[in-house]
Amino acid sequence: MLQELYEFFKPHLLPLLYAAVIVLVLPLLAGYVVLLERKVMADMQARLGPMRVGPHGLLQPIADALKLLIKEDIIPESSDKWIFWMAPLLSVTAGMLAMAALPFGPVFQIAELNVGLLFILGISSMGIFGIVLGGWASNSHYSLLGAMRSSAQLVSYETAAGMAVVSAVILGGTLSTRGLVEIQAQKHVWFFFLAPIGFFLYLVASIAETNRAPFDMPEAESELVAGYMTEYSGFRWALYFLAEYTNMIVVASLATILFFGGWLRPFPNVHALNFLDYLPMLLMLLVAGYSLYRAPKQPVAIQKMVMAAVAGLCFLLAVALALPQFAPAGTLLASMKPGLHGAFWFLLKVGIYLYTFLWLRFTLPRYRFDQLMKLGWHFLIPVSIVNVFGVGITVYLSRSTDEGGMGWSVAAAVALTSVVTLLAAAWLAKKGEHEPAPPATPESV
Amino acid sequence: MLSITHYLVLSLALFTIGVIGVVTRRNVIIILMSIELILNAVNINLVAFSRLFGDVSGQVFAIFIITDAAAEAAIGLGIIIAFFRNRETVLADEMDLLKW
Amino acid sequence: MFDVITFYFFGGLAVVSAILVVTARNAVHSAIFLVTALLATAGIFLQLHAEFLFIVQVILYVGGIMVLFVFVIMLVNLDVAARQTQFNRMWPFALLLALIVSGQIYAVVHYAQKGISDPLFQVVAAPASALEPNSELIGQSLFTQYMLPFEIASIMLLVAMIGAVVMAKRKV
Repeated sequence: MLQELYEFFKPHLLPLLYAAVIVLVLPLLAGYVVLLERKVMADMQARLGPMRVGPHGLLQPIADALKLLIKEDIIPESSDKWIFWMAPLLSVTAGMLAMAALPFGPVFQIAELNVGLLFILGISSMGIFGIVLGGWASNSHYSLLGAMRSSAQLVSYETAAGMAVVSAVILGGTLSTRGLVEIQAQKHVWFFFLAPIGFFLYLVASIAETNRAPFDMPEAESELVAGYMTEYSGFRWALYFLAEYTNMIVVASLATILFFGGWLRPFPNVHALNFLDYLPMLLMLLVAGYSLYRAPKQPVAIQKMVMAAVAGLCFLLAVALALPQFAPAGTLLASMKPGLHGAFWFLLKVGIYLYTFLWLRFTLPRYRFDQLMKLGWHFLIPVSIVNVFGVGITVYLSRSTDEGGMGWSVAAAVALTSVVTLLAAAWLAKKGEHEPAPPATPESV
Repeated sequence: MLSITHYLVLSLALFTIGVIGVVTRRNVIIILMSIELILNAVNINLVAFSRLFGDVSGQVFAIFIITDAAAEAAIGLGIIIAFFRNRETVLADEMDLLKW
Repeated sequence: MFDVITFYFFGGLAVVSAILVVTARNAVHSAIFLVTALLATAGIFLQLHAEFLFIVQVILYVGGIMVLFVFVIMLVNLDVAARQTQFNRMWPFALLLALIVSGQIYAVVHYAQKGISDPLFQVVAAPASALEPNSELIGQSLFTQYMLPFEIASIMLLVAMIGAVVMAKRKV
């Protein structure tokens, strides 16, 4: 009986381990993305950012988490207690559930779904509930208004994001996340070069999907206090924030898988560029060296120790990346190479995408809500429809004649369809320019 | 172990609860929600038979029903909003403008 | 065995959530219970090896229709309605009628397979591989055999969109 149970659970043990790793590591990771955001914001504003809590502010997220945990839990008197309690959980659950279908490398994936891409899109659309119910349950005008605006924005940009994803799926021919990366490996090209406009559409739509600036009207501090998060304090607010940063990571991972080749290193099939395989290890050694260099310059003894610990950690990671590289082929260590190196490249690309998010936040001013909705419905959705047509025509044009295509070269097909789509986008942008601002009637939300 | 009867009984249970909701409640929005329950019960039925016969047509039909439910919910809710603006009520008993 | 457990779990969840939908006092609670019922139905679809339909149910029904419902419930101020009677005057009679009709349907289901030991009525008769790969089969079916209903459905959605926008405008 016990043997039967063990046999039943055995194929699920490794995914359970991955799931445990994700659930434990994700809050920490989200905290460090917050720290990264503050440092990048400071850098763009010519100042330093958090520097006191750890060396260079590296322990700031831990201090923040502790503070949020021990804060008083305020629940408004006339709120709907049950829904108030449940709403942040819905957001966090939707965010973490979407991580189940994402491959963080050729090995690290919890569930290989046949329809993985659709699963992630569907679960993200379930996250809207957490926002709407949270805003409603707070029983406050600001919250309700912020929740309605936020969910209207999310629903509008979901369609555009979905169609941008469809343009990548047409190129890949499969809905499974792992299959898309494998097709990119087969074709020796990232889908970004075959559908560049699709990528930019997805970039804009994903910024709006995660409520990030310049589309953060619903949660901007000067607008509606904090929108749907106004009445949430302490750990419940931390859960909403965790949900938002988890969504950012999910969206970045999806863009990496669809458009940037997932876990493939640049030019994976070109043997002449195999020296790029040493890049991960060199990067980690560089970071370790720099941390070791900065360690004696810290003002306080404990910060020196933390910096040295960071250097040691990076060095261990460099060793972990180097061992499979230098192990003789065919051993267990060498077989771990695709997993480890793939995970490194994946996280590097996700990091670059997240850096773009942060960069845009501190560079562009905010969109007014009606401008936001007009951009979504009047510009992005028509352009994404034209883009889907364009990618379909690209595939048809670049197929060889005996497969039913026209045999053009891929570059020519992509150039032609990109030019046509850009012309359509320019026409739409010009058409929307001269519309006057709507009169401020009291009933416009 | 599981036969088609299990799925038919489940579908019947959901259908009955949906019908009870439609004929019993006063709030029009909850009546619309019960109609969604009825449509879901029919979907379970279709998909169970699709699995029984190995034919994918049942699932395609279920997709059309879901599409249909979306359209009907959108229009129904539009009607409710328009009516609410006129009469300030969502209770079915009080929507009696056409009565003598 | 795993099949049976998942069926009873999702089936029980669906029935309990449906009962709560119909009996809840607050419309938002009712909407949340309907979300649970729809997710349980999606679970039943998954258990029947209909993966594409599971995803479509989650995206369209839960992520689309229920968000629409919750929006409208918030636009329509329901504090007043929640304090009045929830069930109409004919509710015992209506309940009895509904139960009689359901009993009749159950009788049909029960007697249809009484005395039949035909394995046709066992769900495992058709192997799950007949429905694999699910998305591809549905795609092929939708674009070849059911192409006309597909196009008509998209026109119907366009009509519904126009109708909903016209219905909900303030000044026509």
